[in-house]
Amino acid sequence: MSDISQTPSQIATAGKAPSKHAGSLLAQSPHTKKRNAAERRFRAYGMAAIGVGLLMLLILVTTIVGRGTGAFQQTYVTLNVELVEKKLDKSGTRDLAAIKKVTTFGYAPLIRDAVAAKVAELGIETDLKPKALAGILSKDAAATLRAFVLENPDQIGETVEFRFLTSSRVDGYMKGRVSRDSIANDKNISPEQLDIVDAMVGAGTLETVFNLDFITGADASDARPEAAGMGVSMLGSLFMMLVVLALALPIGVAASIYLEEFAPKNWLTDIIEVNISNLAAVPSIVFGILGLAVFINYMHLPMSAPLVGGLVLTLMTLPTIIISTRAALKAVPPSIRDAALGVGASRMQAVFHHVLPLAAPGILTGTIIGLAQALGETAPLLLIGMVGFIASNAPETLADGLLSPNSAMPAQIYEWAKRADPAFYERAWGGIIILLIFLVTMNTIAVILRRRFERRW
Amino acid sequence: MNQITALDKTVQTNKTKISARNVNVHYGDSHAIKDVNVEIEDNTVTAFIGPSGCGKSTFLRCLNRMNDTIDICRVTGDIQIDGENIYDPRVDPVQLRAKVGMVFQKPNPFPKSIYDNVAYGPRIHGLAANKAELDEIVEKSLRRGAIWEEVKDRLDAPGTGLSGGQQQRLCIARAVATEPEVLLMDEPCSALDPIATAQIEELIDELRNSYSVVIVTHSMQQAARVSQKTAFFHLGNLVEFGATGQIFTNPEDPRTESYITGRIG
Repeated sequence: MSDISQTPSQIATAGKAPSKHAGSLLAQSPHTKKRNAAERRFRAYGMAAIGVGLLMLLILVTTIVGRGTGAFQQTYVTLNVELVEKKLDKSGTRDLAAIKKVTTFGYAPLIRDAVAAKVAELGIETDLKPKALAGILSKDAAATLRAFVLENPDQIGETVEFRFLTSSRVDGYMKGRVSRDSIANDKNISPEQLDIVDAMVGAGTLETVFNLDFITGADASDARPEAAGMGVSMLGSLFMMLVVLALALPIGVAASIYLEEFAPKNWLTDIIEVNISNLAAVPSIVFGILGLAVFINYMHLPMSAPLVGGLVLTLMTLPTIIISTRAALKAVPPSIRDAALGVGASRMQAVFHHVLPLAAPGILTGTIIGLAQALGETAPLLLIGMVGFIASNAPETLADGLLSPNSAMPAQIYEWAKRADPAFYERAWGGIIILLIFLVTMNTIAVILRRRFERRW
Repeated sequence: MNQITALDKTVQTNKTKISARNVNVHYGDSHAIKDVNVEIEDNTVTAFIGPSGCGKSTFLRCLNRMNDTIDICRVTGDIQIDGENIYDPRVDPVQLRAKVGMVFQKPNPFPKSIYDNVAYGPRIHGLAANKAELDEIVEKSLRRGAIWEEVKDRLDAPGTGLSGGQQQRLCIARAVATEPEVLLMDEPCSALDPIATAQIEELIDELRNSYSVVIVTHSMQQAARVSQKTAFFHLGNLVEFGATGQIFTNPEDPRTESYITGRIG
């Protein structure tokens, strides 16, 4: 191109060399055969790898479903309890403060009487004392009764029908987890009690139904696995996700826009870029101990609070959001920026009017995936005290939800899995089902968003 | 317009719109534009021709400071529009680009409606006081872009759904909507078929009445057809600049002659 005087030089062609492709096209040469065999082998390896992956997935899903579905069923017994005025409200004034003085111990006799009455009514013959009969009920029953009375003091003196939780052993017996052989050394239940259970099942008094309390309820102490639920820890996770969303999305998107669209490309931005990628690879427990040191020990934010959990998870999610946002911004073709600048838009107008709307689906997808990651994260929560028996009631206000001690879904699962009673083990699997439903839903939304709004140039 | 041969072109002298003095452009270590001096007139189509990589697009992008977006690009020298140096630190490139519109090689409508594509520039520059005025600007611009008749019934349809030639005319309408004084076109027909090219060329000839048009093109025939002045760039140098008829029939520099006769490039 640059040398103007150049003329095409003659290519010297020597005598015709013998063809390197002499054989027939209809027969494969040994070399081709080898290549084709290698290709077939590689395909077989690939299919085998996918097969193994699918098999693992199948095993995982069947195990989780098989072990976890039990948590969504619970055994209840229906009893008529007489709310004796003499015991619950000695003064007869219906003064709530006085009624509150009666502890659950004061309610236990009422339940004992109700069970005994029921057994008598059904005509079941037994040598068991009322106290042993009441043993088929959960220790939570008295608390249920007390809560009802405190809410409806006007019902004192009447006879009310209640549906009480049975003890975890009875529940296990109904679900097949506990058998007459397995309770030989179990002090919590006797074969005679199981006889009563069988009779009550026959009479329709005792039945296993869908367990809404598992989804909406709070964690319960070691002695009452049948009363434990995921609800409050789900709220804990929700409040953490609110914090993560409120902080990580604006900070992450602002940082990415600046780095991608405005920042000069020099050694400083290079270092920042490398370190953002490094942060994405930092083990989450490191963020946990950082949160412990900075947010709790230094800033004195409350322990076990979803606010602190959210802050820690924000640190963890930021790199994910920044990386995916930058990728989404990079995917917007430069011709769009040129077009906007060409009609006299400022750089910020070009970004906010044209680039950002086009990158939004990608940013959203990255954010949802980052949130899903944060939702399933357990390790940092261990270090800021969100694991353990945190018997909290459902928070009533936003501030309460952010600041009062709470757990989170994965932390709750971990907590149940390490408790001794096999009934908790079943609940841990059930919790995993709930967590997975959330994660799969979020990822599905991300995929749908990407599919629907993805633009091709 | 295809019948007009380069020879017959009458060249009247118009007032100078853009004047470039000793312009040098560096991309990092590479020297892309070397000491270019050129006077671009008002109401004239000026064509920049030359082989790939000769710097003609780079020089064009200097005229509305689109090169500012490239970090490693450094421009020195003096480029004046109406006697004002556009590289003066007091000049806001955004204001400059409203005055010097640009049409790109690949049609690049915004992925928005046809209406919004054209209305975007007037909106951000505050050219219309109300919706009726904006409607008027959009219609006028689309007519100028010679695409009104084709799209008037579907202004809400996405601009990206048009054919390539229509998209490019939409981009011209979009550039015209901000009422620029200079229109820069960077190989506007290279992605188009011959029929769409003919339409655009016809349009360029009409635009000459209102604007100073600078067009970069790979096609010498196109330069001969649409322009009154032609500049030949080679390896970053402005080799020859003059009336189109003269460049194509009686070039002074042997390199120009080699290029237009097809021996280089």
